Amino acid sequence: MSTRRVVGPFNRVEGDLEITLDIDDGRVAAAYVNSPLYRGFEQILQGKLPADALVLVPRICGICSVAQSAAAALALADAAGATPPPNGRLAANLTLAVENLADHLTHFYLFFMPDFAREEYKSRRWYHGAAQRFRATAGSAPNEVLPARARFMQMMGLLAGKWPHTLAVQPGGSTRPLQSSELFRLQRSLREFRGFLERVTFGARLEDVAAIASRQQLDAWRAQAGGGDLRTFLDIAADLDLWQVGRGSDRFMSYGCYQEQDRRLFPAGLWHGGALPLDIAGISEDTSHAWYAAAGLPQHPAAGSTLPVAAKEGAYSWCKAPRLAGQVVETGALARQVVAGHALARDMVAGSGASVAARVVARLLELALVLPAMEHWLGELAPGQPWCITSQLADETAGVGLVEAARGSLGHWLTVRRGRIHNYQIIAPTTWNFSPRDGAGTPGALEQALAGLPADAAAPLPAIIHHVVRSFDPCMVCTVH
Amino acid sequence: MNLLWLQSGGCGGCTLSWLGSEHGSLFRELAAEGIELLWHPSLSESGVDEARDLIARCADGRTRVDVLCIEGSLLRGPLGSGGFHRFGGGAQPMIDWVRQIAARAQHVVAIGSCSAWGGITAAGVNPTDACGLQYDGEAAGGLLGPGFRDAAGLPVINVAGCPPHPDWITETLAMLAHGRLGAAQLDDLGRPRFYADQLVHHGCPRNEYYEFKASASRHSEQGCLMEQLGCKGTQAHADCNQRLWNGEGSCLRGGYACIRCTEPGFEEPGHAFETTPKVAGIPLGLPADMPKAWFIALAALSKSATPQRVRENAHSDHLLRAPTVKRTKR
Repeated sequence: MSTRRVVGPFNRVEGDLEITLDIDDGRVAAAYVNSPLYRGFEQILQGKLPADALVLVPRICGICSVAQSAAAALALADAAGATPPPNGRLAANLTLAVENLADHLTHFYLFFMPDFAREEYKSRRWYHGAAQRFRATAGSAPNEVLPARARFMQMMGLLAGKWPHTLAVQPGGSTRPLQSSELFRLQRSLREFRGFLERVTFGARLEDVAAIASRQQLDAWRAQAGGGDLRTFLDIAADLDLWQVGRGSDRFMSYGCYQEQDRRLFPAGLWHGGALPLDIAGISEDTSHAWYAAAGLPQHPAAGSTLPVAAKEGAYSWCKAPRLAGQVVETGALARQVVAGHALARDMVAGSGASVAARVVARLLELALVLPAMEHWLGELAPGQPWCITSQLADETAGVGLVEAARGSLGHWLTVRRGRIHNYQIIAPTTWNFSPRDGAGTPGALEQALAGLPADAAAPLPAIIHHVVRSFDPCMVCTVH
Repeated sequence: MNLLWLQSGGCGGCTLSWLGSEHGSLFRELAAEGIELLWHPSLSESGVDEARDLIARCADGRTRVDVLCIEGSLLRGPLGSGGFHRFGGGAQPMIDWVRQIAARAQHVVAIGSCSAWGGITAAGVNPTDACGLQYDGEAAGGLLGPGFRDAAGLPVINVAGCPPHPDWITETLAMLAHGRLGAAQLDDLGRPRFYADQLVHHGCPRNEYYEFKASASRHSEQGCLMEQLGCKGTQAHADCNQRLWNGEGSCLRGGYACIRCTEPGFEEPGHAFETTPKVAGIPLGLPADMPKAWFIALAALSKSATPQRVRENAHSDHLLRAPTVKRTKR
């Protein structure tokens, strides 16, 4: 006989999250993930002038703001057939990279690590140090990280005017031409941030972290002197066996991101034990368990609709259930690096699949991989050359914008009729990861990851559930939008 | 002074903007000002049962709330039920919690334009019947009603902006903590005057282009953005170009228009955000306090007086002509 327990509000998840657990014999028999906030951006966008999407969509999310801007700019550029000049492309990469790296840092230090300061762990040998270091708001780490993060975000002041919510990211490039002296200031910010990461987060050079190619090498690296918060996490992960919990569907998707001259730094693809082609025509959204008027069969987002209903039999979330060729996929830094072929990422999922530890390590790995790329892009910027082109949008057109936000694959599907937005559908990373069940009853990625974990009908929720939930770096405001 | 922070129909961007505070650690600064976070959904350690219990205690008065900060619009739909946002782990709509806690809090602060006026969430068809705490767009009212006053007799304090600058939030809270924020420190819309008595235009680095109406016509050009590209910096109340963003930024410095995001109704300008609406070639939105006839006369005069240097630079993305070097008279 299972007992049902509703747990929420989950904090430190960027937005609102509630999970219903069916608990049977001290274990989670089934989990139902609910995104309890609906705002209706897809309805708000209908009838608007296409360019106004650039004002509206970043405001879907305060933490993925530039990723939302980038997806809209790409969708508009696709619809107009526009290609930004090299400076515009590089500025877009840099702006997105600043947000994505800052988000990884924010997730690790402010959202994820504070859970190791929980009383539940006070008998662990690492507890005292971890609590002193990572306790929310009071720990030494958050107080050290905030100023470093703010210094890093000064790159946004130069590249995009401000963060969050910029209009600098346009379909034709960037509104913000940079002069040579400003490039030096950006290099200075990057240098400072590199110094912070190497000293505080890794206790190692970024290149040395990026070169770790297997779990075995990671363990050997952990045993080396050098300190740093990643080593602390790896010690805790080993002690709590965080490599064995949190497995989802192990089907990893990435749209790819950071356009370089003839390739993307991280390519698009699908991985399920091996590389598979990614066919975005196979994406559909199922609303059988979400509070939307059913429109028959699951729809491809280009033909999707968003019609909220106050009550619906069997529905339990405002989140739709996106599927790729009918399958549940996981998206995020781990998926991105597995698809991109990073040896450590592939090795981390080769044995027992995705896990809390693998997701956290992949995020920090990206800090080490992307920052050197940013240094390179900065060197390629050419003051005096164009930053933005003007393009004309036809009255009847359509476009798709696919990017990788910090927490995974973000897609915008735009249709323009008579010069106005006819339809605008958005599938955000956490829509994939925290989706409810689909019409076949298949649970979403987090729902699968929670099944089997220890839980009790009345006792405080075990910290392990918090770790699994936060390992996805959920962004709930994006999820439903 | 303790502080409870709740989020509803917004994007969380006000909190993220706040975390970009550039005066050392924000957490240490709050502590130094005597501000204690009772709970914040993105920052606090506790969640789930402890958080739900704390909110209930705040609502029934067992825990005293000195300042209630609300981020995000208040969602009244569908059909007045508030069902578009039920606070996690419960059946109760968020608007009920906000009403109960606001009635007991010493001060109520709207963080950002969503909780001040409704904001972006109220745009378009306003699918969720979103409003602000004490405004519904430009109309007084909102969730708490026009007559709402806190224990000290203040209306809701509107730290409007989309998002607000981190210092607008911190300084408002610090003023409350030190008893320095009274009715005289708020403007007609309940915004703290220390930032709302300024215009975004003040300190704009494009001021010479503005003076001569040397206007940019395309993105990335250096000219003034008012005449063609939708800039409302001459009307929008905020100190964005004096107190810069993320180091040395602002919307104008980023090369794009001020969209008046501190003002009620900014989300529905009635025209494309980045295109200036005009009648007979004259921009519809005139600078604050500027008589129309004088604006037209001065614009015509200044356009005919525009130096060649300013005219050329306005249409370039980098400096083509430097100002002439004047020699000291011997």
